[in-house]
Amino acid sequence: MHSDRAPLGLKVAAGLGLAFMHLPILLIFVYAFTTEDKSYQWPPPGLTLKWFAVTWGRPDVWQALWLSVKVASISTVIALVLGTLCAAAVSRTKFFGREVISLLVILPIALPGIITGISLRSAFNLADIPFSFWTIVLGHATFCVVVVYNNAVARFRRVSGSLVEASMDLGANSFQTFRYVILPNISTALLAGGMLAFALSFDEVIVTTFTAGQQQTLPIWMLEELVRPRERPVTNVVAMVVVLVTFLPILGAYYLTRGTDTVAGQGK
Amino acid sequence: MTSAIRFSGVSRHYGDVRAVDNVDLDIAEGEFFAMLGPSGSGKTTSLRLIAGFERPTAGEIRIFGQVAQGIPPYRRNVNTVFQDYALFPHLNVRDNVAYGLMVAGQPKAQRHGAADGALEMVALTGYGDRKPSELSGGQRQRVALARALVNEPKALLLDEPLGALDLKLREQMQEELKSLQRSLGITFIFVTHDQGEALSMADRVAVFNEGRIVQIGAPETIYFRPETPFVADFVGSSNVLPPEFVAQLTGRKAHGALRPEAVHLSEQGHSATVRSVSFLGAATRIGIRIGDVPMTMLLPKSDTFPKVGDTVTVNWAAEDLHVMDRA
Amino acid sequence: MSMQAVSDRGAGLFGRLSDTLWRRPGLLIFLLILPPAAWLGIIYLGSLFALLAQSFFSIDEFTGIIQYEFTLKTYAELFRPSNFDIILRTVVMAAAVTVGAAAVGFPVAYFAARYARGKWKAIFYLGVMMPLWSSYLVKVYSWKLILAKEGILNWMFETLHLGWFLNAYLAIPVIGGNSLSVSATGTFLVFLYVWLPFMILPIQAALERVPHSMLEASGDLGARPAQTFRHVLFPLALPGVIAGSIFTFSLTLGDYIIPQIVGSSRRFIGQAVYAYQGTAGNIPLAAAFAVVPILLMAVYLWIAKRQGAFDAL
Repeated sequence: MHSDRAPLGLKVAAGLGLAFMHLPILLIFVYAFTTEDKSYQWPPPGLTLKWFAVTWGRPDVWQALWLSVKVASISTVIALVLGTLCAAAVSRTKFFGREVISLLVILPIALPGIITGISLRSAFNLADIPFSFWTIVLGHATFCVVVVYNNAVARFRRVSGSLVEASMDLGANSFQTFRYVILPNISTALLAGGMLAFALSFDEVIVTTFTAGQQQTLPIWMLEELVRPRERPVTNVVAMVVVLVTFLPILGAYYLTRGTDTVAGQGK
Repeated sequence: MTSAIRFSGVSRHYGDVRAVDNVDLDIAEGEFFAMLGPSGSGKTTSLRLIAGFERPTAGEIRIFGQVAQGIPPYRRNVNTVFQDYALFPHLNVRDNVAYGLMVAGQPKAQRHGAADGALEMVALTGYGDRKPSELSGGQRQRVALARALVNEPKALLLDEPLGALDLKLREQMQEELKSLQRSLGITFIFVTHDQGEALSMADRVAVFNEGRIVQIGAPETIYFRPETPFVADFVGSSNVLPPEFVAQLTGRKAHGALRPEAVHLSEQGHSATVRSVSFLGAATRIGIRIGDVPMTMLLPKSDTFPKVGDTVTVNWAAEDLHVMDRA
Repeated sequence: MSMQAVSDRGAGLFGRLSDTLWRRPGLLIFLLILPPAAWLGIIYLGSLFALLAQSFFSIDEFTGIIQYEFTLKTYAELFRPSNFDIILRTVVMAAAVTVGAAAVGFPVAYFAARYARGKWKAIFYLGVMMPLWSSYLVKVYSWKLILAKEGILNWMFETLHLGWFLNAYLAIPVIGGNSLSVSATGTFLVFLYVWLPFMILPIQAALERVPHSMLEASGDLGARPAQTFRHVLFPLALPGVIAGSIFTFSLTLGDYIIPQIVGSSRRFIGQAVYAYQGTAGNIPLAAAFAVVPILLMAVYLWIAKRQGAFDAL
């Protein structure tokens, strides 16, 4: 349509905006190959692959990565269960508390992370709970629920109308209806929500600084390097790998929810 | 005849909204029963009460003699054909049809055989492997029908099942549903807002308005002997004549119903002014006014029609004017 | 064949449980909502209220021991000039970031919602999604690289012989500094960069809900494109902008990592909270500081709700 051409100024502004969002990340990719190891010199004096080998041989990076994967996996499972239950309840009826519940789910992500973090920390202190792997998971699962919930609730609404009635009409009890009708229809939304929850937890640093004791997740490891740089090239390589690794679940979630009513990232 | 569905004083209120209000109803076994009414009149809610998707706020529903109270939908031997068909998008056609048998625990070979049989009955042999999204509206409708019937329900509930189909397909499906019902011999309860559909298919029709049943009867009775102005107007757009006018003609002061096709041009009778003339094909509709009483008449094909503004003389047979004493 | 009106199939444990749940729908909802409500209610809200409670305690200035008595003394401390400066600085920064993000983000959202079709639609969608979801720390880190004295931005200014301009800019008090990486401008840029996607998505969602026929109707009624934008599109996009501003404002208010890595030594609320609860051990004051963003956001959300911004979330 002729009337539907974008004005040139708008095209340029939109293009620049998009470039602004992506160029800094691309820059990381260049720095991962630089030979310079004392400063952030640009342009890089030379290119090398040796930092990949150095990073590969660093046990602290591997430990941090492994801890992050464990935390993210368990937090995601908890968030999946809680988020699905919540979405099921909210989509099912217009019970009086549904606005309250929605607010409660969104609150941990709507309020600044530092508040969630310091609240949990002081609560752990008050209750004499020692910091551990599980205190990190506790915090992460809390703010991951909203991602699963947001992905599931829209899909639940669509399924819970006549499809559920049809299933019950044909003789399936509540459990069979869940197993054979609801679950297959919400599975992609749940998978997408789970992936995003994983990405969110894998990346989280603010709450984690308050709920982790001596444990180092990968973001905590990076934060240490940012505040007190020790070996910059290793940080560069880790940063690049983190970018690549987090893109996978995002792409996956996008393809899973494409063409549906759910916008994958809206939970964050 | 035994009673298939019986409502005794059944109400379904949502706060102040009386979706179904103190309805009594008795549907006989093997009957083709239509629930007719405008949207929001309570007909669909009544159907959902039978299926078990809604719970009555008052009154008692009996399904084949058994009190339905507390019995979930999946334990009621009635099945529903939904308005939007509600086919499971993740299952192919065969598994959709076999769903009821699957959850009942029938082995795969047996239930697939039954599903293919049901598909054959609705003339969809060979469509079993397709997804519902690959079917046309009419085909989906048949799948929904097969899926309900494969469970051998004692009563089949149909919620505006033909609403989404185009006119030609709808007429064809009306015929097929009617003959299907005759051959199966089970009770069909059919919800529609289309009076033509209700009249042509049903053994009996219940006309709903504002949550209540205003008239129950055979199609001919509903059509020719409406009991209230609402029924006269809604079922086939009769002329509803005001009580004063009817009193002048018959001496009984009550609303009268006069079918448009019963009014004809005549040598003697009532003097009327022509207000509008619309050519409908097989007939022509003339809007007239006798004094201050508006009326429509349907004239069969003819060479000469009156023109707007003409004064004509119209008349009708005395027995065609139906006096509605009840309203 | 027996013609049962009611089937008793599946009358096992699950079947009977299902019957019970059907007869008491409230019970089902209750059971569904119980675990998430308990988790969020006890763990999250419980902690939050514990924190709020602590803000009403005070710390003994000599012994450093928390006195568990109700007092508003700690809140009064927030109004000491040094503390109040922190609050003011943070709010100004949050407002600047919000305005900046709306200005940069609107064209992107507008183009994506109105003009991008097919492949470009997907590119724009992922183009916003990817930065949104890519690692927060990596994004911050990338700006440390960019803004460093020996980094790409300085290099560009030098290459274009515009070094004098940058130096003149950095000489301006408040927003300038020794180099971009230790200036308030640097902090602003990083905030803007990191929170920008949170602004774009709600605007895009709001714009996409505007039916095309409505714009055609406006054009049909004689509005020039600029008028259509001003009188139809922009008012309809406004809830999206407000929804986005909730994110950018709230996230900036509570962040303590970005100003710590890129910026001057002047502190923000988040840093104050972190410092008071950590090394200083003054939990009550940290708690009182934490209440500030909550209150600000509560007011903000209340205004936003009245503007109908929640529909665009």
